[in-house]
Amino acid sequence: MTEVQYVAPGTLDEAVRVFASASGAARILAGGTDLLVQMRSGAVRPGLIVDIKKIAEMTAIEQGADGSFRIGAAVSGAALREHAKLKAIWPGVVEAANLIGSTQIQGRASAGGNLCNASPAGDSVPAMVAAAATVTVQGPNGRRQLAVEKVPAGPGRTTLAKGEIVVSFTLPPRPKGSGDAYLRMIPRTEMDIAVVGCGVSLTLDKGTCTAARVGLGAVAPTVLLVEDAAKALIGSKLDAAALDKAANACRAACRPIDDKRGTIAYRTQIAGVLLKRAATIAAERAGRS
Amino acid sequence: MNAPVSERSDNKWIGQRTVRPDGAEKVTGRAAYAADTTMPGMIWGKVLRSPHPHARIRSIDTSKAEKLPGVKAVMTAKDIVDFPLDKSVMLGIQDMRWMCRNVMAREKALFAGHPVAAVAAMSEKIADEACKLIEVDYEVLPWVIDVEEAMKPDAPILHDFIKFEGKPSNIAGKIEHKLGDVEKGFAEADVVIERSFRTKPVHQGYIEPHACLVSVSDGKATVWSSSQGQFMVRAMSAYLTGLPQNDIRAIPAEIGGGFGGKTIIYLEPLALILSRKTGRPVKMAMTREEVFRASGPTSGSYSKVKIGAKKDGTIVAAQGTFCLQAGALPGSPIRGAAGCAFAPYNIANVHSVGFDVVSNRSKVAAYRAPGAPLGCYATECVLDEVAEALKMDPLKLRLKNAAREGTKAAHGPVFPRIGFVETIEGAVNHDHYKTPLPKATNGRLYGRGIASGFWFNAGGESSAQVNINEDGTVVVITGHPDIGGSRASTANIVAELLGIDYRKVSVLIGDTSVIGFSNLTGGSRVTYASAMVATQSTEQVITTLKERAAKIWKIDPDAVVWENGEARPAGDNAGKFEPLTLAQLAAQATATGGPIGAGKQLNTTGAEGGFATHVCDVEVDPELGIARVIRYTSLQDVGRAIHPGYVEGQMQGGASQGIGWALSEEYIYDKNGKLDNAGFLDYRMPVTSDLPMLDAVIIEVPNPKHPQGVRGVGEVPIVPPLAAVSNAVYNALGTRFYSLPMSPPKVLEALQAKSKA
Repeated sequence: MTEVQYVAPGTLDEAVRVFASASGAARILAGGTDLLVQMRSGAVRPGLIVDIKKIAEMTAIEQGADGSFRIGAAVSGAALREHAKLKAIWPGVVEAANLIGSTQIQGRASAGGNLCNASPAGDSVPAMVAAAATVTVQGPNGRRQLAVEKVPAGPGRTTLAKGEIVVSFTLPPRPKGSGDAYLRMIPRTEMDIAVVGCGVSLTLDKGTCTAARVGLGAVAPTVLLVEDAAKALIGSKLDAAALDKAANACRAACRPIDDKRGTIAYRTQIAGVLLKRAATIAAERAGRS
Repeated sequence: MNAPVSERSDNKWIGQRTVRPDGAEKVTGRAAYAADTTMPGMIWGKVLRSPHPHARIRSIDTSKAEKLPGVKAVMTAKDIVDFPLDKSVMLGIQDMRWMCRNVMAREKALFAGHPVAAVAAMSEKIADEACKLIEVDYEVLPWVIDVEEAMKPDAPILHDFIKFEGKPSNIAGKIEHKLGDVEKGFAEADVVIERSFRTKPVHQGYIEPHACLVSVSDGKATVWSSSQGQFMVRAMSAYLTGLPQNDIRAIPAEIGGGFGGKTIIYLEPLALILSRKTGRPVKMAMTREEVFRASGPTSGSYSKVKIGAKKDGTIVAAQGTFCLQAGALPGSPIRGAAGCAFAPYNIANVHSVGFDVVSNRSKVAAYRAPGAPLGCYATECVLDEVAEALKMDPLKLRLKNAAREGTKAAHGPVFPRIGFVETIEGAVNHDHYKTPLPKATNGRLYGRGIASGFWFNAGGESSAQVNINEDGTVVVITGHPDIGGSRASTANIVAELLGIDYRKVSVLIGDTSVIGFSNLTGGSRVTYASAMVATQSTEQVITTLKERAAKIWKIDPDAVVWENGEARPAGDNAGKFEPLTLAQLAAQATATGGPIGAGKQLNTTGAEGGFATHVCDVEVDPELGIARVIRYTSLQDVGRAIHPGYVEGQMQGGASQGIGWALSEEYIYDKNGKLDNAGFLDYRMPVTSDLPMLDAVIIEVPNPKHPQGVRGVGEVPIVPPLAAVSNAVYNALGTRFYSLPMSPPKVLEALQAKSKA
């Protein structure tokens, strides 16, 4: 029987020190909605658990003077939903995070955990990718920032170095006429895992799309930033031809697997369908009349 | 929804939605399920399961496991009573030859998840570790899971002892019903339609995993477990461990769902043997994964149905072949598939055949109207096509051919007064059927489907004891675990007969030492049969109460009537004495002759079949391939609804399980023959938000053979949904699916193929 050591440091420096110096397997605990399930099933057996919920920076949502948002990695889905300003400006990011699990799970599950669990099907990640979120990471060698899509390395793996902890997400300032949306395909209506997920963020100027980003989930080993889909949208009026082109770009980007949740053909087809629908919702939110 | 007849009658409690006796305990988490029981000195049992779908067991070395500190005992099939293969020993529908091999692999492991050994240790963790130290030498064999594959001539054979038509085969049994001459019938038909259908195995999906605690002391065993029959637990445990039944006391825990899946045992004999070896109470509980891998789903199936009809809609012939996947050991519900498929209709020429096919999957267990949904699925989909070919309303086609009083069913009986026609007429006249479907908008497509269904229902053995307490309250003991409201229904009946408030009647479920033999909670039999024994017991009590009053008044007992909860002098004596209430008579019981109570034990008969007609609307998102049910109405003849709330709950529960079967639930196997979706995330049972409010219309055509008119209720509701949903999806898309589930990838693929064509 292995003993599990649990620590809940009050500062990030302390958390990094303990986490980096762990001799065996160590895990960060935010909401624990993935970690505890994995421990119970025997999939992971950490010797050390570092609970980060007592670190103020990691549980706070702050809006900067420039309109950007900094979201602590351990902020729960419920806290995101209750932040009226964040929800008004980034509805797609919030709805994506709120799709994870049930109401009870929402009280614990965090976007930081969703990212670091590194499932290609994580719901908040494509929305964060579309939103051009950057991630602040702190490790034994200090702080660094990187694009959110650079964190996942493959199913269950990240690019983080030993001892590094995801501290927060930064969502950039939002130009006028912007909107975002996230849609996923699940066979049920809730309590399910994405067969395909698609996040779209865009900016409109007099009906013309001036900026766009597209994130796709569950169609490749990691969540994808689909730049060709964004290019197809930018400069267009989001007419049918542009949406078709963007949808096809999404399909072309797919590298899915056949599994119990969906086939390659199904996932590829659906990626395009969701792109069109999410782009349409994002455009409506951006103020397209 | 109209109030059922019983709610409009002058009954005080029968037909009332009385407060359910188990409700508060369940919603507050206080109800004691099997895994909630603990004892001082208790240790934990765990099962080692085969990783292979098919393997001969050459040897098992348990020595390393036995040496692990904390391990108290290890057992294998050698510790279980062996029932030789050449002699059948039946308990109900279960053959002990198969049960002794199902609870633990003997010659061979027959499915991935088949128990191979079990360990008892000081903790679950130690028991788990010890299981990993058991060395099993397997000779891995070719395997087959799919029912059609298993019937092929070159399929791997599971059991050398099973022969079909003289040759080794996976076909373990056959059932055949014949009526008239189908060839002659088809020759007379103007329209003949023949189709094949395939379904996947689905699990009962009860929320409470199998669990038990067994304590053996001085050679006597006490078993606390979650089951659909404490007497079944006792008898099977006795057979498999060699203990006589009088040395086993089986105590039923509150049950967290069964749906047929808890009509057999898995853990109890193992825990009993481990407790006997260690002298300690042993607790065992399956994980959800173990429940999926190793407890009974129902059969996957391959069926072929051919129906012929005349231009006026008269069905002249019906032929069906139903091949059902039994899993590792024989026992598919072919009786339900072949027997129920054509039972709703008056057809002169019927030939219905069922095949029981073994394959390398966990052994089938009963699931709500076992087999009937599979037969009904094929028949009712073909009928939909017949109606279309004849340009006839599908309900009118059914009405024209509906079984009525006097109709001879192919599976044997001549129906007495039944209420099938009323369910069809109820559907025709229901707001649901009269309301047009939503117009296709936003790319969404809408469709409506209907289907009818039948289930045998059952009577059988039940016992009850009704005791009048010293304060005039009443305790009733029955012998059935309550999975569908039998306690509340029994309380309604006893309170009605005694003329007292239902809250003064407590209905308890007795263990095997306190109440007489009572057969399984299954077959939609419990409220039916419990009502009969409770009624007769209560009538006996009332006779005694009248005798006591007569004694006090010094008049003839025949001159006493029981009315409104009190004994009243009648006839010439009317008005001569003050009535005596139940409480007054109870207070004087000692002086008037002793305790008042009565028990009755019966093998009940006259259950009679149940019928239902369902109407289903679906919305399909053709771009995503998702079909969702947006409106659903079940109309069912329940005989009489003793507790309408529970009756509606049964109707809704069956419909929701059937909808899951049609749209999203399936066992998915990986390339190694191992179940790939052994959990509720990927085994997609519908969640609440997936379903609309399921309307339940109670139709009451009283069963003339029952004191309250009851017919079985719980199983009919799962029979029609597979076809009702399929017919609705066809109506929406113009594309018919001949296999279930109609999962999004399958639907999308079919729609894309159609648009390309």
